[in-house]
Amino acid sequence: MAATGRIKRKFSELRARGEAALIPFIVAGDPDMDTTRRLVLELEARGADLIELGVPFSDPMADGPANQRALARGLGAGASLAAILSMVSELRAQTQIPIILFGYFNPIFHYGCERLCADAARAGIDGILTVDLPPEEAGELKRPARANGLDIIYLLAPTTPLDRSRAIARSASGFLYYVSVTGVTGARAHLDAGIAEHMRELRSVTDLPIGVGFGISTPAQAAEVATMADAVVVGSAISLLIEAHIKSGDVPEAVGGLVGAMKDAMKAARGGERAPGLGDSDG
Amino acid sequence: MQNVPNSRGHFGQFGGKYVAETLMPALFELESAYKQARRDPKFRDELERRSREFVGRPTPLYLCENLTARLGGAKIYLKREDLCHTGAHKVNNTLGQALLAVRMNKSRITAETGAGQHGVATATMAALFRRECEVFMGSIDVERQSLNVFRMKLLGAKVTPVEGGSKSLKDAMNEALRDWIATVRNTYYLIGTTAGPHPYPMIVRDFQSVIGREARRQILKHEGRIPDVLVACVNGGSNAIGLFYPFIKDTGVRMIGVEAAGLGISGPHHAATITTGSVGVLHGNKTYLLQDELGQIRETHSIAAGLDYPGVGPEHSWLKDVGRAEYTSVTDAEALDALKTLSETEGIIPALESAHAVAHAIKLAPQLPKEQIMIVNLSGRGDKDMQTVAKAFGVTV
Repeated sequence: MAATGRIKRKFSELRARGEAALIPFIVAGDPDMDTTRRLVLELEARGADLIELGVPFSDPMADGPANQRALARGLGAGASLAAILSMVSELRAQTQIPIILFGYFNPIFHYGCERLCADAARAGIDGILTVDLPPEEAGELKRPARANGLDIIYLLAPTTPLDRSRAIARSASGFLYYVSVTGVTGARAHLDAGIAEHMRELRSVTDLPIGVGFGISTPAQAAEVATMADAVVVGSAISLLIEAHIKSGDVPEAVGGLVGAMKDAMKAARGGERAPGLGDSDG
Repeated sequence: MQNVPNSRGHFGQFGGKYVAETLMPALFELESAYKQARRDPKFRDELERRSREFVGRPTPLYLCENLTARLGGAKIYLKREDLCHTGAHKVNNTLGQALLAVRMNKSRITAETGAGQHGVATATMAALFRRECEVFMGSIDVERQSLNVFRMKLLGAKVTPVEGGSKSLKDAMNEALRDWIATVRNTYYLIGTTAGPHPYPMIVRDFQSVIGREARRQILKHEGRIPDVLVACVNGGSNAIGLFYPFIKDTGVRMIGVEAAGLGISGPHHAATITTGSVGVLHGNKTYLLQDELGQIRETHSIAAGLDYPGVGPEHSWLKDVGRAEYTSVTDAEALDALKTLSETEGIIPALESAHAVAHAIKLAPQLPKEQIMIVNLSGRGDKDMQTVAKAFGVTV
């Protein structure tokens, strides 16, 4: 399977338009596979640029309570890798939005790295981000990923020394994901004060796009990060919103509302297209 | 035998560092601090002195004359780790790692615990070295090991019940790792067994190897030769690797790890990871795991709370694959019988975990010639288990 390059192309388009990418993270199967399928389409319509699909795992050791519960719901709904790939494969008839699998290594290892990469590429997956697979251990996934044109997205943390970031960037493709807090996933009231400086440092060691995630939950926070980074990832806030709307049955609309507001705020902050209601007179 | 782990923390295909990026620099820092400490005579002297004066080492190697006579086979020796301060071998590791934490200037020490023995041993060291201490413990274990929870609190530790997942040891470890991801700059995460990411399996093994080094010296003194068989219970596997490691190059010594078969390995209620599991990645290392066909971790069962983990240390997985050690399992019922037998014949009440090793020794000894020598690691004492044992025997205490 040849590389489709959807991730790279998306970032080039956004860069040309002066926009930062908005990347919602949704757990596959939360609360069921049909909702996930509808969410992908709805979020794209509301301004999402890429989608991170969370792959459920029984022991998500880097996730806070909101995503832990979302992953447990996904697990309960039978969101196996096979079910996720089959859903993405069907979605490809309707959307070309880049889709990244985001999860832990064991389900992938158990599926088989070679088989997973071949099947994922065929289904229309664009990249894989494995939280507990640092570059030191990534060989067995990276080789088949390369061969199948999938990007391996690596995490960088506030604790990562610059030399190590440089080395990681050299073996990465697609984009780099900077974890903005020293901690697990989860909404925070305040952004880490060090993000801007870390971004400046990271720009000095790589030309790859840099996304920022962990702890971003409001349109204002997304807007602020959009002025520093190439992409904004929002996860736990969506998991909480899904949880709150399971009973009322309007999950796609609710999450779409948040994503739309975030994208508008991000565009406004970049000074490109104005968000509705903010006016277009000032220059 | 090759020396393991290699520089990347791999034991053959097992081990490694499968953790979130936030923790990678901390693991490198720990590895480098440990290498320096190991070469520092001052560190070694202090470890030796405190092992003697505080832990009570060396522990005796005791010949079970009554049990040996009753079984009529190989001579059975017990390595009496149950006589260590705090009641189990766990303290050998917590002392060593707490000294590392002090050396690394970490103000806070955290741990996961199942039965509570490692939690108590960690809280003990935190008290001794005046560090803040938080122990993560599955809420089911908090309930069934309330005595150890009380001991930890008495020692000044904060005990945090973990409600996620199966509410037992693996979930305590998830939560301890989550805490460490957020507190890595000032916190030393003191892992209690030979699991977790590199360098923990190596560090814990090294600190526990004092068991096997002493046993080797002691058996040479008693018998003038090394033993034929070593037996130890295995879950994470720290007491077993502690006994085995100094004998690994003596290829004539059989090494047998005994896992918890719970209600029987034909059903789902057991923790026999190496004997029935498959290879996977959990809590930072690649090893044998109890998991379903999709790579989701299964829940485990053992009457011994300290054997209730769905993984096993990567070095044991390697020893199994290269054929250097054998692994077997005994059920809850067999362990209870062995606990009773050892209590009655020798006047020693073993921990339920250690009773698994005793149960296998009782099965094996009669099949071996009388000239053979077996050392069983009596890794802990049974005081903590009296409620559980009484309940199993239908007695109200």
